[in-house]
Amino acid sequence: MNFSDDHFALFELPHAFRLDLGALDLRYREIQAKVHPDKFAHAGDAERRLSLQWATRVNEAYQTLKKPLPRAKYLLHLAGQDVGAENNTAMPMDFLIEQMEWREAVAEARAAGNHHELEHLHHRLKHDISERFEELAALFDAPQDHVQATDRVRRLMFLDKLLFEIDDAIAAIDE
Amino acid sequence: MALLQIAEPGESAAPHQHKLAVGIDLGTTNSLVATVRSSLSVVLTDELGRPLLPSVVRYTAGGAPEVGFAAQEQQSVDPRNTIVSVKRFMGRGIEDIAHRESLPYEFETSPGMVRLHTAAGVKSPVEVSADILRTLRLRAEAALGGQLVGAVITVPAYFDDAQRQATKDAAKLAGLSVLRLLNEPTAAAVAYGLDNAAEGVYAVYDLGGGTFDISILNLSKGVFEVLSTGGDSALGGDDFDQRIFCWIIEAAKLKPLSIEDSRLLLTRAREAKEYLTFHGVAPVTARLNSGEVVDLKLTTEIFTEISQTLVAKTIQPVKKALRDAGLSVSEVKGVVMVGGATRMPQVQRAVGEFFKQDPLNNLDPDKVVALGAAMQANLLAGNRAAGDDWLLLDVIPLSLGLEMMGGLVEKVIPRNSTIPAARAQEFTTFRDGQTALAVHIVQGEREIVTDCRSLARFELRGIPPMVAGAARIRVTFQVDADGLLAVSAREESTGVEASVTVKPSYGLSDDEIAGMLKDSMAHTRDDAQRRALKEAQVEAQRLIEAVQSALKTDGELLSPVQLTKVETAIANLQATAIGENRRHITLAMDDLEAETKEFAAQRMNKSIHNAFAGKRIEELEEVAGSAKGKEGCA
Repeated sequence: MNFSDDHFALFELPHAFRLDLGALDLRYREIQAKVHPDKFAHAGDAERRLSLQWATRVNEAYQTLKKPLPRAKYLLHLAGQDVGAENNTAMPMDFLIEQMEWREAVAEARAAGNHHELEHLHHRLKHDISERFEELAALFDAPQDHVQATDRVRRLMFLDKLLFEIDDAIAAIDE
Repeated sequence: MALLQIAEPGESAAPHQHKLAVGIDLGTTNSLVATVRSSLSVVLTDELGRPLLPSVVRYTAGGAPEVGFAAQEQQSVDPRNTIVSVKRFMGRGIEDIAHRESLPYEFETSPGMVRLHTAAGVKSPVEVSADILRTLRLRAEAALGGQLVGAVITVPAYFDDAQRQATKDAAKLAGLSVLRLLNEPTAAAVAYGLDNAAEGVYAVYDLGGGTFDISILNLSKGVFEVLSTGGDSALGGDDFDQRIFCWIIEAAKLKPLSIEDSRLLLTRAREAKEYLTFHGVAPVTARLNSGEVVDLKLTTEIFTEISQTLVAKTIQPVKKALRDAGLSVSEVKGVVMVGGATRMPQVQRAVGEFFKQDPLNNLDPDKVVALGAAMQANLLAGNRAAGDDWLLLDVIPLSLGLEMMGGLVEKVIPRNSTIPAARAQEFTTFRDGQTALAVHIVQGEREIVTDCRSLARFELRGIPPMVAGAARIRVTFQVDADGLLAVSAREESTGVEASVTVKPSYGLSDDEIAGMLKDSMAHTRDDAQRRALKEAQVEAQRLIEAVQSALKTDGELLSPVQLTKVETAIANLQATAIGENRRHITLAMDDLEAETKEFAAQRMNKSIHNAFAGKRIEELEEVAGSAKGKEGCA
């Protein structure tokens, strides 16, 4: 295991979308217990600097693999697929229309201060997202279809942002 | 089986040699210092046995500052020169100070961090805090009988970069070596978690004198993982005093007050608040300088009513922190109450109602932060054996971002990211031949720059002239384990390192700190020269021990030639450290650091390998084989 290893190799986990999250947590903590700056608070400058670099690296790897969307993006990146930022021009029209309807519903509920409706939208979207992740997971199983997976990831990026906006609206009403 | 041995780079060479380290809770109202003695965390008291040091400093012309009770007694006599709640000014500009019109201080109007005019000259909040910290350092050194290796200083979790940096600067000014800035709720979680062997999700509700924090943590098998944090760095017990103060003025129909009378009534307000913790009615009586007499009764009902919005203001960040952690109230196993202000019954009730459970009050809310900080200081100083330690994973409280075109903010590191964290961002030039680029760093959650907190501005210079858009300038933001930001930059296509001079918006420059350091030495009884030499000697000893310990466990990683070089550097440092020349000691330390740089990298790699080898300790035979195999892959 080296500093420049990819995130999966760092944790000695297979390059897979369906990841053993328990093993990931365990290994993250095991490595962090070795490299964290708190273990080097009384060490020399060189060791302290290395520890900072390693702990940062391990945190980044863990954050990338822990959640399914960054994990999928990272797997596609390793496979040479460019996911890019979410970009309307690349998306099919029916998907974009669906997105517009969602956004209108959120904006309406937000303007009306309808907490209940926003919670409802949140749950509906969460459910939709988890189904899409199931579909995405299948695309990463053999035989892998990276082109299809890239398309699904792009859609999920839109939905992720939408979920964030709903949460933001709920927070705004709370305050 | 040598492969199974887990090397501990952090382990000290001589575990029996206890290093003197303390935890300091630098509070808005009171400060404390604690240490671990015979494996128990204890608060160190003053010569009269008092654990708390009021965070009050009084400046007199020509004399040494008075700190603590003596200063507190003078606050209504000499309010202008008696600084209370200085923590609220740390890393803050004048425009940030709430109720500044009712404060008795004379503020300087310069931009940047606020400064106060006192009888002893203009003081920065950093210097005032340093006077408090110095008092605690001297207390600790007297009690422990030696020089401290270092201190863990606690800060509110919701403190931003400027406030953290100001705290670290204050410690430096007070002659303390900072082992770590530790978030107050995390310190409390350590104390609570270790004392109660707690496992699961806990919330720490920390309402102090001037700051409010909420942290959600997962406690599991020696790992304290902060899932999210939130708060308000300008909300605390002081604000409840202020509400009572305003109520007194209204109820007693008082004319505009002198600053002395204001101070007196604020003190009475605080006393009434404390009295109401155990009684239903608090008498409020005062004879003012103006001749007016105040004689009122404050009931719990009235107090609850006038402070209702303050209590509600603490629940919002709680909701947000839970949402950020992706948890619901029912998933929280316990709520640990921290900070003197949580003694107020209406706060207890509101927290209990929100979390649908009785809050945990089994630790002294005034001391728990200092006790936890002391435990962490003991750990960081290397006084605990490997396997008998724990791991803290903390987060940054507020997103770090950059100003983009049109005054919008681009988030670089989102809030609640586990630290240390880093993110690189690429910039380009927008004009042909452009050689400099201005970068503005902000902290906060809003999308508009002016709604966020300005941390620093810096300019990247020395970009090679190219056509617009051709330069690729990679700026790296690194947040360390203290939650402090550092910035570096380089132009990717040419490899030119751009120079970065960060000008903190509300901080002090290195020169200003150096100047203050000189001033403070002139006014303290410390012999500055001797102290600096002593510090260097302690540092040298620490480094020698660390390297010797490393050689003992991992010496085989070095070639005979390298080993000789390291040993020579150690011998040289040992010889120099006996001497009296501080500069020579520093140079010898630099030499030893240089000789061990590569060794440190090798040891780190080995240690990470062992993280996995150690885990499979039960699978004896296979482990030896697979670990060997892995050696080849690395």
